[in-house]
Amino acid sequence: MEICRQDQALEIRELDPFLAELLRQVPESAQPKDSPAAEERLFSAPAAPEEKDLCAEWKVYVVPELRRLFQSATETIRQDLEQLQCTGKPFANCTLRIPLAHTDAWLNALNQARLAIAATYQFSDHELCDHYRSPLGSRRDLSLFQVNFYGFLQEFILREMEGNS
Amino acid sequence: MLAFCMGWLRWKEEAKFATTMVIDFPDAALEAPTIEKKEATSQEIEIPWNVVVHNDPVNLMSYVTMVFQRVFGYPRERAEKHMLEVHRNGRSILWSGVRERGELYVQQLHGYLLLATIEKTV
Repeated sequence: MEICRQDQALEIRELDPFLAELLRQVPESAQPKDSPAAEERLFSAPAAPEEKDLCAEWKVYVVPELRRLFQSATETIRQDLEQLQCTGKPFANCTLRIPLAHTDAWLNALNQARLAIAATYQFSDHELCDHYRSPLGSRRDLSLFQVNFYGFLQEFILREMEGNS
Repeated sequence: MLAFCMGWLRWKEEAKFATTMVIDFPDAALEAPTIEKKEATSQEIEIPWNVVVHNDPVNLMSYVTMVFQRVFGYPRERAEKHMLEVHRNGRSILWSGVRERGELYVQQLHGYLLLATIEKTV
């Protein structure tokens, strides 16, 4: 896999089918769905529980706004990910082009996915820092790999954005 | 115009009379409203609120720094100082001031998926 800046876009080239599949899973992984822990993390409380009124108003007025914001980010990247519907050979490597205008949406969606996965699997600090963990023996290991892979992409996008500013 | 004013005044007098009649009626069981008094000194009202960001092992350090720069307009050095404070101490006070503005900051921070809360300074 190779990542580089190409004009007004970031290009992820030579994306092998496994990593392409992980990227396709970003929008899905960003949804808390059946995980109360993920829901709680993505829509965390704005104050201590004693501030009952503030927390209640937050749920009514702010959470729906946040939900719309997160949804909009995942929709943007879902459109970019359509490029990965490889029509050529079934196991061929492919290229993903992320327009610079979509980088904020990517950062947000990757973050949603990382936080939702980490909350669902309750990864410890130690596990999250163990970047050399291998092999992938379980769904939990794969999810940890997903969190780290998405984090790597976030780092790259941030570096490019910084270079751009 | 004068006729209109006189008419209106007459109507108002009648209305007042009618109201008095209802209130004075012996069987009218009107429940007195409960008025709760909440006293606060001007000092209490103006107590500033803190915007606090809490540690989170998932959010990247570089991402958190970028968010602080964007939301609060802090220069990179100051944003990094706060990010490291969050990382080492578990929390950092990013801003203090009136509650409404603090809530707005917390909303923006939640939009970036940071763990942020608002709390009274005292």
